[in-house]
Amino acid sequence: MNLFADAVAWIFSPDRATGSLPLSEAIGTHLAFTAVSVLIAALVAVPAGWLIGHTGRGREVAVALSGAARAVPSFGLVLLLVLVFGVTHKVAASTTAFVLLAIPPILAGAYAGVEAVERRVVDGARSVGMTSGQVLRKVEVPLGLPLLIGGLRSATLQVVATVTLAGYVGSWGLGFYIVQGIQLRDFSQILGAALVIVVLAVLLDLLFALAERAVVPRGVSAGRTQEDAPVRRRRRRATAPSPT
Amino acid sequence: MLTTRRTLALVAPAATVLLALTACGGGSDPLEEDTGGAEPTGGSDTIVVGSQAYYSNEIIAEIYAQALEADGFTVERNFSIGQRDAYMPALESGEVQLFPEYTGNLLQFFDPETTATSPDDVYTALAEALPDGLTVLDQSPATDQDSYNVTAQFAEDNDLTSIGDLAGLDDLVVGGPAELEQRPYGPQGLKDVYGVDVSFEATGDTTVQDLVAGSVNVANVFSADPRIQTEDLVTLEDPESLFLASNVVPLVSEDVADQVADVINPVSAALTPEGLVDLNVQSTEEQRSSEDIAADWLAENDLG
Repeated sequence: MNLFADAVAWIFSPDRATGSLPLSEAIGTHLAFTAVSVLIAALVAVPAGWLIGHTGRGREVAVALSGAARAVPSFGLVLLLVLVFGVTHKVAASTTAFVLLAIPPILAGAYAGVEAVERRVVDGARSVGMTSGQVLRKVEVPLGLPLLIGGLRSATLQVVATVTLAGYVGSWGLGFYIVQGIQLRDFSQILGAALVIVVLAVLLDLLFALAERAVVPRGVSAGRTQEDAPVRRRRRRATAPSPT
Repeated sequence: MLTTRRTLALVAPAATVLLALTACGGGSDPLEEDTGGAEPTGGSDTIVVGSQAYYSNEIIAEIYAQALEADGFTVERNFSIGQRDAYMPALESGEVQLFPEYTGNLLQFFDPETTATSPDDVYTALAEALPDGLTVLDQSPATDQDSYNVTAQFAEDNDLTSIGDLAGLDDLVVGGPAELEQRPYGPQGLKDVYGVDVSFEATGDTTVQDLVAGSVNVANVFSADPRIQTEDLVTLEDPESLFLASNVVPLVSEDVADQVADVINPVSAALTPEGLVDLNVQSTEEQRSSEDIAADWLAENDLG
């Protein structure tokens, strides 16, 4: 039998509903780890990124920090944090590791989005009397949204793949099947679990792709080329009243 | 196959997986390697000794190496090769010729369905299960096998000495590596052999810490683990042989087996279970190098 068919058979086997970790529960914890980690990372990185992009201060520090954070080996980080936090706080320890992993792309997306707003637009907003806070809220943030969502997208993909490592420290997520399968030399189980992770990643990516497209009309001129700008403007006048 | 591939090619990650699959289709074990053609790297008097990426195994390998050197062999050390999946192809191809192994775990690797559990049954079954070109020398009385352990406090509170004494206790959680769940000596075996009901928690590399912290009550730890001494754990007796016996045994290429047997068999005979724990304690507690530990041990046992 083909290994691929075996893996699919493993996924849909009735045995997946029983055992110490049913598949549905594993998918649930896998997604929960991903969602919570990205959410916490966003709460930290988005305001920080906006501030950096808006003021232009601290950019070098942010670039250096997020560059360095990308080089941290996540497996080592998970195990290290479990030992530092203590074994009774494994969930918190693994989540912290995933949050640290998710911060750099979100931070980059947030400040790059704000920075990419054309200076003329910002100057225009100032000249009609907007305060600094209004410029950020009403101009820079909405126009920077597509890039921010791009950052969230890559953070989510990275985390959904890396949550697999939680299987090394506890009975959580789809990684558990992979860790167990390697030791049991059960290749259909390893591949089956990996395929489920791939499907989750592709679905999440699609969701973010749709979200990115949904926010683009607000960011009318940001990143547009000269040729399609007039077309955009005409259509906008006809349909949407204002970006805010 | 072609149409499936075309459809899936729309989704890049899935396509990558599929291509990887078609590349390794056919064989039941994608990690299997072609073992033909490779020649042993050493000359006739050079023995290549390997070890797992496990400190205790490396100490035994170092003892083998130094004992052989004392007898005039040239030894090439190829230590810390990783787990069985990683080093077994090197042994089968003759790249590595001598390797400290464990009878039960090794038997399970070649014959996952085995029913042998007592030391002698396992040794006999192992000799038959080994692939061509590999053989084992005499097994040592020293064991490094799976065992169930509880904290001394928990043992005292519940009056525990044997695994069977766990029967009747409520809310038992057994912790161990992820694969324990599926092993014959895992939760199902505990129920079938001893009538003990447990739930399972994968604790990976932190099993002992989890036991001490109380997040699990019973832990699957190797019997030669020095932390059984240092963390004051109690190993529960296994009168029904639930666990596969796993004695230290030298796994060796058939073509050098006769050459090294006279040197290695006395080493195996001298290595006792307590002696093995002692070697491990010297490594983890006193942070001594495997070279020093091996040299001292050989001198003490008049084998150097």
